[in-house]
Amino acid sequence: MKTDVLVIGAGAAGMAAALSAAKNGATVALVDRDERTGGILNQCIHNGFGLHYFKEELTGPEYAERFSALLEKSQIKVLTDCHVHSVTPDKKALLVSPNGVFEVECKSIVYTAGARERPFGALMIPGDRPSGIFTAGVAQKYMNIENRLIGKRALILGSGDIGMIMARRLTLEGVEVVAVVERLPYSGGLLRNVIQCLEDYNIPLYLSSTVVEVRGKERLEEVVVAQVDKNYEPIPGTERVFKVDTLVLSVGLIPQVELLQNLVQFDRVSRGVLCSNIGQSTAEWIFAAGNCTVIYDLVDYVTMEGEKAGRYAALYAKGENFEKGIPIETGENVGVLFPRRYVSGEDLTVYLRSKRPIEKATLVVGNFERKYEDIMPSEMIRVKIPSQKLTGFDKLLVTLKEE
Amino acid sequence: MKVVVIGAGVVGSLILRELSRYDLELTIIEKNLDVGWGVTKANSAILHAGYDDPVGSNRAKFCAKGNEMYTQLSEELDFEIKRIGSYVVAFSDEEKKVIEELYEQGKINGVPNLEIHDRTTLLEKEPNLSKDVKCGLWAPTAGITEPWMVAIAAIENAVSNGARVVLNERVIGFEKKGTRIIKVITDKNSYETDLVINAAGLFADQIAILAEAEYVPLHPRRGEYILLDKKVGSTVRSIIFPTPTKTSKGILVLPTIDGGLLLGPTAVDLPSDMKNEFKTTVEGLTQIKSFTKQLVPSLDFSQTVKTFCGLRPESPQKDFFIGASARVENFINVMAMRSPGLTAAPAIAKYVSQEIIQDELGLKLSEKKDFNPFRKGIKKIVELPLEQWQELVKKDPAAGRLVCYCNEVTESEIVEAIRRGARTLDGVKFRTRAMFGRCQGGFCSIKIMKILERELKTDMSQIAMKSPGSWIVDGKVRE
Repeated sequence: MKTDVLVIGAGAAGMAAALSAAKNGATVALVDRDERTGGILNQCIHNGFGLHYFKEELTGPEYAERFSALLEKSQIKVLTDCHVHSVTPDKKALLVSPNGVFEVECKSIVYTAGARERPFGALMIPGDRPSGIFTAGVAQKYMNIENRLIGKRALILGSGDIGMIMARRLTLEGVEVVAVVERLPYSGGLLRNVIQCLEDYNIPLYLSSTVVEVRGKERLEEVVVAQVDKNYEPIPGTERVFKVDTLVLSVGLIPQVELLQNLVQFDRVSRGVLCSNIGQSTAEWIFAAGNCTVIYDLVDYVTMEGEKAGRYAALYAKGENFEKGIPIETGENVGVLFPRRYVSGEDLTVYLRSKRPIEKATLVVGNFERKYEDIMPSEMIRVKIPSQKLTGFDKLLVTLKEE
Repeated sequence: MKVVVIGAGVVGSLILRELSRYDLELTIIEKNLDVGWGVTKANSAILHAGYDDPVGSNRAKFCAKGNEMYTQLSEELDFEIKRIGSYVVAFSDEEKKVIEELYEQGKINGVPNLEIHDRTTLLEKEPNLSKDVKCGLWAPTAGITEPWMVAIAAIENAVSNGARVVLNERVIGFEKKGTRIIKVITDKNSYETDLVINAAGLFADQIAILAEAEYVPLHPRRGEYILLDKKVGSTVRSIIFPTPTKTSKGILVLPTIDGGLLLGPTAVDLPSDMKNEFKTTVEGLTQIKSFTKQLVPSLDFSQTVKTFCGLRPESPQKDFFIGASARVENFINVMAMRSPGLTAAPAIAKYVSQEIIQDELGLKLSEKKDFNPFRKGIKKIVELPLEQWQELVKKDPAAGRLVCYCNEVTESEIVEAIRRGARTLDGVKFRTRAMFGRCQGGFCSIKIMKILERELKTDMSQIAMKSPGSWIVDGKVRE
């Protein structure tokens, strides 16, 4: 099989990338290992999607549906239930599906494989290894797609957005949520979720606390929670035992990049695919967007970045070349940052997270400055910087200068 | 003649398989839901070369021999071994002396091709080792395997040769006539028998007590482990031991057979009433990190996939306790199978069947004419040449549906694992490596639950992770 653009992953980023590449005149194949397009949106049955992109509030499946409908009307070849086994530098990918194992030859790739959840095993929490410990996404899929209850009494570790959304969801379905526990001294998710998912349901949020032991020979029986000090070390004597049969983890997403292991470079901080502002990776024929580049708060932004990467992948497939651009580096107080190179011509949309909560700070990029208040690491900053503010630099430093 | 083997760990399973060469009515009784889930499941998975077992011990008698037998065994039973060799590394002159002693001991124990490598050679072969190393004892016959797979393979082969497997039954007593056992009694059934082989792992002393036979008291020695992702699997190429102390081989760094990196074990002796305490601890995990960092400073713990704990059966003698009982005439003990129990197991199985049963007890065993020594493992479809894979998918579309992405396991392999006896998530995991990778089942465990549900014609709420009480989902959200 041959195609101009091969899009790997049909979640929010991939669907947008495929549609945009097709709109720019390329032949496109969109591959997903799931049975349908939409990715994780399909299991996010809560609302809050689309406020920026569609200017209306949609559920995850509704948001996905808008794009699947467009895909159906398009000439894009959608391959579901199809796993990309390998990608090689000669611009070929080996695809595996129940319909066959076959090679696809392409001119460019948009890699939109999303993220995976950090598993329980990676946390090195001492104790037993019982059943009843779920990552939030798995819990969500059991509840929302498979129609299954995962327990009767639950504790949630990590106050990321999915964790808080699952706290609400479990409560609504009659599962008692005894607490949400967060290691940081502030919530790991959006403020609106703290209010709408926890406070509205009287679910306590324990900050500066973590799970120090899980107990249960077969099914989970007890979770021990302790407060932590500034270095996140548990403080002896502060342990509290919660009798629960379920532990839900919302402890972070990791960009899913292993397929590109030997092809592109990765961002040391986000661990995602290192990209320029046109979504181009360090291999010029591979573009990337979405959570495989940096973990976003909002799907709307994922869609926008997917569209951009799709457009440039199509232009590349048609023979256009793009300059490498200048490096964008993290300065003072800046944690994750996207993109990491700037190709002039386009305005620059930067996404970043501060390393810590800051009351007042000025974001400085090139000749651009903007003041921010109440900055939280959990709330991603997105800002569009006009290209004329960025001329005359050989590298751009992104800083949050505290006032 | 009826023979009952108690315990389907690697020792019991290999004995069963060895006995399945003969005209016998064989039954193996296992208290867990699957085979190889006790001591066998959580250890360092090493085929030891045999240099560090005291001369004259049972360990020394069986280790190098067992190690050698693994080549043929792995071919017949189609499980993977990799002879990647091992290094014992020394950081000081005192440790260098210990290594020289091990070298001599190894020669007496019959360990082939031992060499002492100087710093330069050592760092050439293992560039990520600490630059402070002085020298290392190289044992090329040392290797790695998947211990549970040895048990699974042996059991499957024994079953194809007529043996019967009883799972989820605990032996609670024996019916005797004089000094003979005539029945093995479990919590659910009883089994007539002419001969009992006690390979009950950590609980073998308790089984022997029930039989009123000789035993050595067993206590669990806790060993905690950290498993790192495949991405850093090639940090070392061989098994790296520190210089051993009197009590333990120390905390090691080694590749796993599926490409990960395993660090551990700790060695903490627990009281004999803690045989079910599979808890990891802060102290243990911290110790592993600090000790292994001294061996391999570049270890990246952010690549941790999981941490776990295994218990190994230790006795005061620190040696295997193997032999026919003098008090019970048809009872054989194979207990205290501490390290190198996995390595020694094939040699012990041969020893039990030939020297104990036939020579010592004088039982005449007649070989089956149709004994089939071969068993085929579940084919790893992703490793097939492309054309063969394409052909296979035409016949079996499930061979083209990836279920576990991290370790690239297809639906066809999951279905085959269930056909071969997997009834739980862990049963599938240990047979296929699905859910073993970096996402730890985040993407595939639900799919596997659905395949189990479909293939076993049951409801998801009936499917457990590893034991009857380890349920995963409960009722429905909406009826």
